[in-house]
Amino acid sequence: MYSLSEAAHQVPVIEPSAADGTFSLLWLVIGLPLLGAAVLLLGGRATDRWGHWLGTLMSAASFVVSLLLFVELLGREAGDRSVTQHLYDWIAVGDLQVGMDLLYDPLSALFLLLITGVGTLIHVYSIGYMEHDPRRRRFFAYLNLFVAAMLMLVLAENYLGLFLGWEGVGLASYLLIGFWQHKPSAAAAAKKAFVINRVGDIGMALAIALLFTTFGTTSFTAISQVSGAAEQDTLTAVGLLLLLAACGKSAQVPLQAWLLDAMEGPTPVSALIHAATMVTAGVYLVVRSNFIFELAPTAQTVVVIVATVTLLWGAVIGCAKDDIKKALAGSTMSQIGYMMLGAGLGVAGYAFAIFHLITHGFFKANMFLGAGSVMHGMNDDVDMRRYGALRHAMPVTFLTFAMGYLAIIGFPGFSGFWSKDKIIETALAENWVVGVLALLGAGITGFYMTRLMLLTFFTTRRWKEDVHPHESPGVMTVPLVVLAALSVLGGVLLLGDWIVEWLAPVVGEAPHHEPPLPIIVITLLTVATVAVGVAAAWFLVGKREVPLTAPQDVSFATRAARADMYGDAINDVLVARPGAATVRGLTAGDRSVVDGLFTGGSAGVKATGNVLRRLQNGFVRSYALSVLGGVLLVVLALLAVNLA
Amino acid sequence: MTDVTPYVVLSAILFSIGAVGVLTRRNAIVVFMCVELMLNACNLALVAFAKQHGNLDGQVAAFFVMVVAAAEVVVGLAIIMTIFRTRRSASVDDASLLKY
Amino acid sequence: MTAFWILAPVMVVCALGILVVRKAVHAALLLATVMISLAVLYAVLEAPFLFVVQIIVYTGAILMLFLFVVMLVGVDASDSLVETIRGQRSAAVVAGIALGALLLVGVSQLSLGATVGLEEANAGGNIEGLADLLFSRYVLVFEVTAALLITAALGAMVLAHRERTSAKPGQAELAAQRVRDFGTKGLHLGPLPAPGVYARHNAVDTPALLPDGTPAETSVSQTLAARGTIRHAPDLADDIEDVQRALGGPAGGAGTPADTSAGSGHNTENPSTGNATGAGGPGASGTGTDEEAHR
Repeated sequence: MYSLSEAAHQVPVIEPSAADGTFSLLWLVIGLPLLGAAVLLLGGRATDRWGHWLGTLMSAASFVVSLLLFVELLGREAGDRSVTQHLYDWIAVGDLQVGMDLLYDPLSALFLLLITGVGTLIHVYSIGYMEHDPRRRRFFAYLNLFVAAMLMLVLAENYLGLFLGWEGVGLASYLLIGFWQHKPSAAAAAKKAFVINRVGDIGMALAIALLFTTFGTTSFTAISQVSGAAEQDTLTAVGLLLLLAACGKSAQVPLQAWLLDAMEGPTPVSALIHAATMVTAGVYLVVRSNFIFELAPTAQTVVVIVATVTLLWGAVIGCAKDDIKKALAGSTMSQIGYMMLGAGLGVAGYAFAIFHLITHGFFKANMFLGAGSVMHGMNDDVDMRRYGALRHAMPVTFLTFAMGYLAIIGFPGFSGFWSKDKIIETALAENWVVGVLALLGAGITGFYMTRLMLLTFFTTRRWKEDVHPHESPGVMTVPLVVLAALSVLGGVLLLGDWIVEWLAPVVGEAPHHEPPLPIIVITLLTVATVAVGVAAAWFLVGKREVPLTAPQDVSFATRAARADMYGDAINDVLVARPGAATVRGLTAGDRSVVDGLFTGGSAGVKATGNVLRRLQNGFVRSYALSVLGGVLLVVLALLAVNLA
Repeated sequence: MTDVTPYVVLSAILFSIGAVGVLTRRNAIVVFMCVELMLNACNLALVAFAKQHGNLDGQVAAFFVMVVAAAEVVVGLAIIMTIFRTRRSASVDDASLLKY
Repeated sequence: MTAFWILAPVMVVCALGILVVRKAVHAALLLATVMISLAVLYAVLEAPFLFVVQIIVYTGAILMLFLFVVMLVGVDASDSLVETIRGQRSAAVVAGIALGALLLVGVSQLSLGATVGLEEANAGGNIEGLADLLFSRYVLVFEVTAALLITAALGAMVLAHRERTSAKPGQAELAAQRVRDFGTKGLHLGPLPAPGVYARHNAVDTPALLPDGTPAETSVSQTLAARGTIRHAPDLADDIEDVQRALGGPAGGAGTPADTSAGSGHNTENPSTGNATGAGGPGASGTGTDEEAHR
């Protein structure tokens, strides 16, 4: 395929300086939401009245600190933008010395702003969205817990700290997907997400163990300095294991099945965790581990393959879903595929992957919250076939959603246009097959987003009788407006290649590759492809009558897409059933062989005992005879010894 | 000086007879008597060996055997009495409930 | 050695006798013979103290204790000598003979050498010599035996002691019980019948005859019945001829045909007279206490 070997030497070594001045506040970024979560969870009902305010406040305070730190970092020299803070010695066992260290560099800085910024907006939104839920305080506690864990994930200086945050967000995700635990579907979805994430976590745990045995440390700083010395095969293994972890967390094929079910959670959760932040942790992991992947081209190739498959897979699913949140979830899967693709392309793509991650965080959170606003007005109905013509009923939601829509399909000038275009461009430059497939994905994105848009806000009214759509309260629309603005303007990050230069100290700077076509041609091609997708949606959906229930006599492709591309079936056939069969076999084997060995042994002992116990006939004289027999033996032995 | 070998032989014979008696008789009292016979046979050997070696330690040992035998008989007969009282039988075969 | 060669066969025979006699009393007597013979052998073996102790303690005290228990348990408690455990007797005999043979082989392998004799040890007197040893080298053992004897005495008392669970019935209660038994079970209210009184036999071991000619079992002590020493009236008729012969009277019993016929008649009615003694087996002693209380 493509070669990145010449890029290997350009992986920058992380050489952080100790935190001082403003940077000593770094721990507060994590500490504040953690404190909020602790107060809300331990405070119980006493905090019910003001719990949501506290949660929002903590998140906002964390955002303020992040902003301060960011400004401080902007003021530094490009090569000096890496800071660590050693909080305390975490694990000190023999050779395993792990400190609770934080690493603040341009990459984490962007994540901090995204997580705390979008997180705060979603906190604000949730105040309105969860207003009538009796367990709102708990919801905010979990949200704060999630924010703290996610910040831990992106701030950790070593893989073990990252793993702590990794598991923390997994826990928060589990708790929030199953927040409405009274619904069996929500409980099952939470369990499914948890179990599938565990599969990825195995990869993570193994990767950490392998890193420790290879390098004797788990610190990013230390490993980035010596990773070149390790064997290629080891690095490839680590890279593949990290990819497995990333697949689990970021819902990439083959561990993608949980994300669609995760939509059972409250919509702010879907926006924050399953669109903007947590699911992008896999992308962060790959980018953060660039010093591994740059030296393991095979692993990188696998990342690209997985990413390409996922971006098409998710897009196809998004085309067929009638559930607005699931359509958006398919879209999320697809967009993360783009990010992974960028990350898999190596030095040339890291910055664009992060760029797309940020813009996607804006517009996808915006759209999820918009979807939540729509559901809020439609009595929590998620079926798009019962929507229609909502643009008049919910003007603010419609306008903000439209901004997100234009951003995601890549309408020129909007944030998604810049970020996705860059990834497609880089992909084409690196490998034209992948590039063409990414281009195709952009077309499909245009199709399914237009379909969603049309079904929801245009066409005719198909509301249920007792539904009276209304605009959501200000506390919900203000975040929408802010996010919409960000969706539109997110592209400014690319102004003068700012983000590329900003991230260069972390991910390195790629030598300029000449794309196979002029950039302007690629851009036009992308826009044209998207336009085809939009036009297809317009003719197939917008111009036709929308049936209230999904038609059943549809093509195989549609059926497959509706069934999540048979993801569950594949899991069932490949994993669940063989697993169950193995367990059944093992159980049977355990019963017959292992237990049989013991029961058989005990039965044998019992049978022998049954025979031998006849000797205990209760007659003293029989026992006395045995004693005399013993005496005889002793005397015989004595004689034998003495006479011998 | 007389040879003590015949005494030892007699002692062995009496001991064996006593052992056979313990094994064959069923009346607990007779069994007990046979035990006494075995003890006495031992005593004979002890006394004979005392003479053989020319010191009194054997006789002292025989004396202690007698003391222990006396104590044993007292307790043993009391046990026989108690068993007889409850079971109306002095047969050692009747007290055979403690078995498989 | 003369004493040994005389006593040794006696002792072996008596010891073998213990194995075969049916009655515990006989066994005790045979054992006494063995023990006294042993005492004599002790004397021969220059152990005068043990000679005395053997007779006083063993034969005098321990064996008497045995006899007491035999009487308490019942002289009728004799062994049937029929082996109940299969193979036990033959196995025991084989094992016993094997043991004896092994011991003899062992002894025969020894060469004891010249006997030292006890003249020197007994120079200051046998008892004084033993005392010297007992209170010097064996003083600890001696003390321990003291503890053993006290323990044994206490143990025997605890084992043999029987706590009364109800008040001892007095004369009035016994009388009332007899009336109750008469009312409920129809038992005889009056005193038990006296033993039979015949021309030549009026001892307590001769049961009285009931009107139908059968012997009244309740007229003699159960203990006598158990011991098998009861003479039944019809058996007495067998003596008649002897008596007549002794008196020199007409032979053949023609002079007293009635008596003879009466005697034979009794015999035919009681074909199992001889077995009557056996009927009072160990089980009979269970009911004996009540009836003895009646007497």
